[in-house]
Amino acid sequence: MSEYLLILVSTILVNNFVLVQFLGLCPFMGVSGKLETAMGMSLATTFVLTLASVCSYLAYTYLLEPLDLAFLKTITFILVIAVVVQFTEMVVRKTSPLLYRVLGIFLPLITTNCAVLGVALLNVNKNNNFIESVLYGFGAAAGFSLVLVLFAAMRERIAVADVPVAFQGAAIGMITAGLMSLAFLGFTGLVSV
Amino acid sequence: MWTSILIAVVVLLVLAVVFGGLLGFASERFKVEGNPLVEQIDSMLPQTQCGQCGFPGCRPYAESIANGDAINKCPPGGETTIKALADLLDIEPQPLDAEHGVEQAKRVAVIREDECIGCTKCIQACPVDAILGAAKQMHTVIESECTGCDLCLDPCPVDCIDMITIEPDIRNWTWTPPKSGIIATDRAGAGA
Repeated sequence: MSEYLLILVSTILVNNFVLVQFLGLCPFMGVSGKLETAMGMSLATTFVLTLASVCSYLAYTYLLEPLDLAFLKTITFILVIAVVVQFTEMVVRKTSPLLYRVLGIFLPLITTNCAVLGVALLNVNKNNNFIESVLYGFGAAAGFSLVLVLFAAMRERIAVADVPVAFQGAAIGMITAGLMSLAFLGFTGLVSV
Repeated sequence: MWTSILIAVVVLLVLAVVFGGLLGFASERFKVEGNPLVEQIDSMLPQTQCGQCGFPGCRPYAESIANGDAINKCPPGGETTIKALADLLDIEPQPLDAEHGVEQAKRVAVIREDECIGCTKCIQACPVDAILGAAKQMHTVIESECTGCDLCLDPCPVDCIDMITIEPDIRNWTWTPPKSGIIATDRAGAGA
């Protein structure tokens, strides 16, 4: 049990996907302009990452390993994740227009993100079992959501702050992200997994 | 060596075919009829079907808005509709476009029945079928159905239709919002 908790803490804080492992930086800079869109993106990411780690685990354990095809894992994961997300998007669009409005445009966006593939591949590298894989994916997504929402909140404040001309816009965003990354390095040594 | 490559190719092929079939099936099975955005916009329009916006009814205008048309072409809806649409589409509200008419209090058509000659021309003009009558018989307006669109006035050969403003009573009275800009923070928000 404590081992599962450690995985969560490790992925959310210590080995945060964005600020420590530098995966998924594109949506981190891209959709953090408004807190509202950052929330939508966080929800979509949480959903996709958890689903992706489940599917890729199943595909790897029950298809690639028995057939001795581990070298096909990258392309298979891409295929599996893209299909599952696309399929879910269609179902959600039909069954719940409200949820589709919240997640809609972000679902296909996040599918091709490096964090998603990163979770799937890291799961294989770490030899995680099924529950560990799910938790690893969920933890990675929670960490991503945490920093994305924090960063979006900061950028909303920075937008109205008196920033020197040379630093306005993306420049101050990069600096802020760097400082956040430094701050998250402070979690190193909290747990070692 | 060759067998393992063959197995890999076959596995990927099978995966791709299965997934392609699944997605193809899903796109048919879970097809969404109509555009949900159009439905939402349509439900905000006043459904007078008056055509003052230049479209033949509220629904075509809703489709046009969904494709990026201006939201300020609906005089019967007036400011409230423009505000609601601006909220929904997350754009700035604009003042009503005077080209398409001015906002008026809600009105209904009333036929002066002793002057009506029973020509049925107003029945054909009515977009919501609120006029009742037959050829050479007196016509009358179903008040609760009438949207006050004025479209029956022009066709009437004897000009026996009046547009009567509905006086607000306890059933249709609405609260008039105060003028914006009274509070200092409102003005600051508008200036920023």
